[in-house]
Amino acid sequence: MSTVTAPTGRTPDPAAGGRRRNLLPGAGPARAAAGFALGAALLFAVAPLALSDFRLSLLAKYLCLAMVAIGIGIAWGRGGMLTLGQGVFFGLGGYAMAMHLKLADAGPGELPDFMQLYGQLDELPWWWRPFASPWFALPATVLLPMAVAFGLGSLVFRRKVRGAYFAILSQALAMAMVILLVGQQGTTGGTNGLTDIQGFFGYALTDPVNQRMVYFVIAGTLLALLLLARQLIQSRYGELLVAVRDGEERVRFLGYDPASVKLVAYVVAAGMAGLAGALFVPAVGIISPAMIGIVPSIEFVIGVAVGGRATLLGPVLGAVAVAWAKTALSERFPGGWTYLQGLMFVLVVAFLPGGLAALVGLGRQRGDDPDRRRWWRRRRRQVPAGVGTTVPVEGAGTPEATDGAGLAGARTGVTA
Amino acid sequence: MTVLFGQLFTGVSIGAVLLLIALGLALTFGQMNVINMAHGEFIMAGAYTTYVLQQTITGAGWSLLVALPVAFVVAGTMGVLLEVLLIRRLYARPLDTLLVTWGVSLILQQLARDVFGSPNVQTRAPDLLTGNIALPGGLTVATNRLFILTLAVAAVVALTLALRLTPLGRRIRAVVQNRDLAAVSGIATARVDRTTFFIGSGLAGLAGVALTLLGPIGPTMGTNLIIDAFLVVVVGGIGQLKGSVIVAFALGVLQATGEYLTTLSVAKVLVFVAIVAFLQWRPQGLFTLRTRSLA
Repeated sequence: MSTVTAPTGRTPDPAAGGRRRNLLPGAGPARAAAGFALGAALLFAVAPLALSDFRLSLLAKYLCLAMVAIGIGIAWGRGGMLTLGQGVFFGLGGYAMAMHLKLADAGPGELPDFMQLYGQLDELPWWWRPFASPWFALPATVLLPMAVAFGLGSLVFRRKVRGAYFAILSQALAMAMVILLVGQQGTTGGTNGLTDIQGFFGYALTDPVNQRMVYFVIAGTLLALLLLARQLIQSRYGELLVAVRDGEERVRFLGYDPASVKLVAYVVAAGMAGLAGALFVPAVGIISPAMIGIVPSIEFVIGVAVGGRATLLGPVLGAVAVAWAKTALSERFPGGWTYLQGLMFVLVVAFLPGGLAALVGLGRQRGDDPDRRRWWRRRRRQVPAGVGTTVPVEGAGTPEATDGAGLAGARTGVTA
Repeated sequence: MTVLFGQLFTGVSIGAVLLLIALGLALTFGQMNVINMAHGEFIMAGAYTTYVLQQTITGAGWSLLVALPVAFVVAGTMGVLLEVLLIRRLYARPLDTLLVTWGVSLILQQLARDVFGSPNVQTRAPDLLTGNIALPGGLTVATNRLFILTLAVAAVVALTLALRLTPLGRRIRAVVQNRDLAAVSGIATARVDRTTFFIGSGLAGLAGVALTLLGPIGPTMGTNLIIDAFLVVVVGGIGQLKGSVIVAFALGVLQATGEYLTTLSVAKVLVFVAIVAFLQWRPQGLFTLRTRSLA
């Protein structure tokens, strides 16, 4: 991104920590490798030794949510697309996996138990049939969500539907998906979802040893996704994505196609959510509409916001921490947890938009963002005189032009 | 014929409810460019206001009549509080506003659960609004739905007149069309924002009163409605009311006919597909204010 020719337009998202590449200050390849090794040691050695089987299976569940969070971190934190419908992709992956496992449990030629229960079906619906084969079902857990994201994304991004408009649409998608699943009870299990999954490619999930195996698969996948995300963020594409977030029109004038840039991030995030859903099913043994609707979809986002949306590790740690807090608190104080969750949304997003990662990197950020201390005092309309010479029209009447990035001029003079 | 008419009328009355909710959203979204997810909880507040009033005022008809202005003020006050305490600080960050107000809506829902209990409660509809009116040709319309339709139409007319004719309306339109120029011309934009928020949230309260005639009152009653209402605003285009009016009724009818021809769940998906397709054609919504922006 050019810093010289940027007197107007949007400077980085207050939440961004724009130029920094990940959570650890001064991170270089060696430091990243050390951090990765530390994470691997924690996940593969310390956690299995220190935690009981029950706690470990809970951790497996949290790690699945963390995978979704990595994707949201890329799409929202780096790309500025607030997707409130990641549950859809999580659900597509989860249902694809659960359908295969249900069919495998039932045995060849048999109907899954719930279909026999609801009773109107004599044979498998046509769209269930391919999922009997693992060679179809496993790729489908990732490719199906990516295809849906590609379809929706290529339609809406090309027409410049963005910002709040995109957020609302993605949320409506989650609502439509849940209503569809609940409505087609005979073939989808309705509100109950697909429950009581017994086996995982020949391994009985009731056996604690196999549960551990599932945990290791999940932990390994999470690490792999982190590596992938790091590569993506550090690539030229990653730079471009941040540029699109901070000044979509400017990127367009530079000759890139912002729609394609955003589409890639959205599709990658969907694929990660799908994979997470697929692994969630053997870890928890159930997938249901209650786990993929509007509320869980937006709950994915809060973990990312708490951890630090634009960082690499922030979303992962935030998602695990929030999910852990939910389990720990909602059992003892069900009402209290909802208050806390609401407060978390309000306090973190309004007053600490960089998330906890911003606290960790506090010392470094001071130099990066001179506005940091002043944003809550600054009145909306106090645009410094003399800036805003090239793009004077943003603001009134163009809601989508200001997607999450701060009004033009409101924080200009910073980069010059 | 009678079935079709019944479906159409149901669609129109769904549209009327959506319209009542979307009017407030169109005002606040259009003027201040903020996504207020807690709008759904203002609906809930209006509905619970009706419930509480019915506990104190015995006649169902009177309590409903009293509830209309009271719910407007209750929801409007909540809206102003939210605007002053939180939203005002976040005007430059619309997406963050969405998340913050979602947090507020979680808190309000839990508050409702703690105060009124989590099971749904029910109000008693006045006798006048429980029956059907027979029309010539064997057609009937439910009086409660007719009442809601009337309420929505009255709200649209009142709002349009207020925006067109009153000094306040002129100021609001000025701020919507060009905030900077309005401020330069001496309009206290912050005060106008607060007034708009009061009116917009108050309309949600009215929608809450209307909804008590259709079904039970619960802490989460606003959540699903709010998304439909946002879709109305997105498709209708912001800054003007007529887009919301047309789209609300169109969506209501589409939903009802879709339901009639297929099932409720398929109809929802069809509506979603129709909206995405529509946005291909007009990504800014049905009606837009002309601006020179790049978007």
